[in-house]
Amino acid sequence: MTGLAFLIPIALGMGALGLAAFLWSMKAGQYEDMDGAANRILIDDDGFGEDEA
Amino acid sequence: MNAPAVLHAPGDHARTTSRFTVPGMRCAGCIAKIERELPKTPGVHAARANFSAKRVAITHDPGVDEAVLEQALQTLGFEAQRVVDNPLGSDAKERKQLTRALGVAGFGMMNVMLLSVSIWSGADGATKQLFHWLSALIALPVIAYAGRPFFASAWMALRHQRTNMDVPISIGVILATSLSIYETLTGGDHAYFESAVMLLFFLLAGRALDAEMRTRTRAGIGALLGRMGKSASVIGADGTTRRVLAEALEPGMLVLVAAGEALAADGVVERGASKLDNAMLTGESMPEAVSVGSLVHAGAINLGAPLHVRLSHVAEDTALAEIARLMDEAGQSRSTYVRIADRASRLYAPVVHTLAALAFIGWMIAGAGWHQSLVIAIAVLIITCPCAMGLAVPSAQVVASGALLKRGLLVKDGSALERLAECDIALFDKTGTLTLGEPRPDIASLDRDARSVALGLAQTSRHPLSKGLAASLLRAGVEPAAVTNIREVSGEGLTGTWRGLRVALERPDSATTALATRLTIGDESRLITFTDPLRADAAETLRALGQWQISASILSGDRAAPVAEVAAQLGLAAEAEASPQAKLAALEALKAAGHRPLMVGDGLNDGPALAAAHASIAPGTASDASQQAADAVFIGEKLMPVAVAIRVARRTMQIVRENFAFSILYNLLAVPLALFGYVTPLIAAIAMSLSSLVVVANSLRLASSAKEPRA
Repeated sequence: MTGLAFLIPIALGMGALGLAAFLWSMKAGQYEDMDGAANRILIDDDGFGEDEA
Repeated sequence: MNAPAVLHAPGDHARTTSRFTVPGMRCAGCIAKIERELPKTPGVHAARANFSAKRVAITHDPGVDEAVLEQALQTLGFEAQRVVDNPLGSDAKERKQLTRALGVAGFGMMNVMLLSVSIWSGADGATKQLFHWLSALIALPVIAYAGRPFFASAWMALRHQRTNMDVPISIGVILATSLSIYETLTGGDHAYFESAVMLLFFLLAGRALDAEMRTRTRAGIGALLGRMGKSASVIGADGTTRRVLAEALEPGMLVLVAAGEALAADGVVERGASKLDNAMLTGESMPEAVSVGSLVHAGAINLGAPLHVRLSHVAEDTALAEIARLMDEAGQSRSTYVRIADRASRLYAPVVHTLAALAFIGWMIAGAGWHQSLVIAIAVLIITCPCAMGLAVPSAQVVASGALLKRGLLVKDGSALERLAECDIALFDKTGTLTLGEPRPDIASLDRDARSVALGLAQTSRHPLSKGLAASLLRAGVEPAAVTNIREVSGEGLTGTWRGLRVALERPDSATTALATRLTIGDESRLITFTDPLRADAAETLRALGQWQISASILSGDRAAPVAEVAAQLGLAAEAEASPQAKLAALEALKAAGHRPLMVGDGLNDGPALAAAHASIAPGTASDASQQAADAVFIGEKLMPVAVAIRVARRTMQIVRENFAFSILYNLLAVPLALFGYVTPLIAAIAMSLSSLVVVANSLRLASSAKEPRA
């Protein structure tokens, strides 16, 4: 029984943490450009290999 | 949008951000090119591309004109259009609210489920009471927050004495919650917080998917009659000019239209001769020559010498405004279209209420006591409003529109897919729809130097031929030559100096009917001819449409001869020289005859027809107004997305019907069980999740539907 006193707050806290992370990611615009993020990985930073569009 | 913090160095507040729609952004290379090259333009600090929305946010000095930025994007090879600040703000807000509610419901569901599973596994006594209290503590704020979209919609419906899907959901959730609170307070055996929260979670998932689809595709399309001149230079009695806003213009005023300026009102030319780009109004790519006495319309762009125009129709009376009005009215008829999900829920909701009420009364009569009767009634309410039904339509449509997006077709909303699936006859505009709609130069005969000189000259001009030439050369990977002293003489052409030689792009001497320009380098000169070619896969697309029993014909505002030529080439029936009103009438006639016409067109003159058709598609090069009126927009040089859209739409409706069949079957099995009191919260939870998973999995089969069918 005493274990519950720890476990329940921990479980709730982890859930709340996940929720907070989700709300933050929404506010920070992480979902604004999903396709763009998938494409940006292909961009070379040094400018080589940039093909014609 | 994505990382605005990076764009602002500390201390510089004097920067503004402009947003542009760039539909031509199609790959990682495009993003890199825009973000790397744009900041090289003087005054531009940074550019950030949003690939999903096809937008670019440019941070620049306030002094930089939007035309300069548009031109800079154009030089990189991208059509761009300024986006008025946040016209779709309300839509995006709704979607964000739904996603937040979904997150909150997900959090609540996980925690409450955790506690409920412990109770089901045999926790009892004080532990059970504690868990009920904890569940209540978590579930109440979650239900209050996540349930708002449903409560609000149900309340709206009830206030207008109607009922919709949200009414039984709201009643079910509120009843289940109240009963659970009562149980918790009195130390009872059962609480149903987990059922209420889980129901909200799954329903919100459906809503969020639906909203996501509507906003993300609509976001790519800017909307405004922005091409019409916003102001004009009015010539006073004493010969001085002053700028007057378009709304304040009056018939009878004499205005000066400078080269490159868009007309703000209709009128008659009084002095001067020039060429007008009338593409906005007629969809005709060839500039139209005007002289004293010619009728000119708002929206046309003066390409040549300055003109004096005596205004005849202003503001609401212009041909452009008339078309916009027609479009608005024609669009009304389509907004009465009832979506499949709404039709289903209209029939379904009363049945649910009746069943639940009957269950309650029946069990009361049978002597079960009000408590047990109420529990059973709630079970019926919840289980008959399953997530499967809620997800049947949006899940299929989201997957289908995602698949179509990959093939270059943006579908604006869910009902568009339903209407596309029902079309049985197709009408095509000619210029810009069956053809590419832009003059394509024949550059095969030019050598390297000629190409780069031509580009160096052409990219400085806004003349349609220059623009077409520059676009083709850029596509061919030509680097512009450093041409100096460039001068543009209206109606004559461009001249400049390159390596000490005189170079020019000029009007050819011979009065040929074909579009052409003469490139001169030193003493050498050659003719570059332009054509407006058919889209490469036009014939193939029409064949594919034929396979779906859709007959096609041409309905064009262009002159009879070119239309007949294209019609003969493709073997289609054609109607030429159709005014916007005539196009509208033709569609109304087809509809009256019981057909469901699909209109494919691009010009503003197609606008009313696009709005009136059962479903409509416009190319990405179409005027904004037409893109706005159309249900779907396709990007690129291929016409095939039109046929693919029909195929995918029909496949989608098939999947939707399967989903409905499944959820009805599920109800037929679950409702009797619930009615007779066999459904415990655990069974309800498993059945609900399982039915939604089946529906979503079935919809996912559409993901590959836009690919070429295997023979």
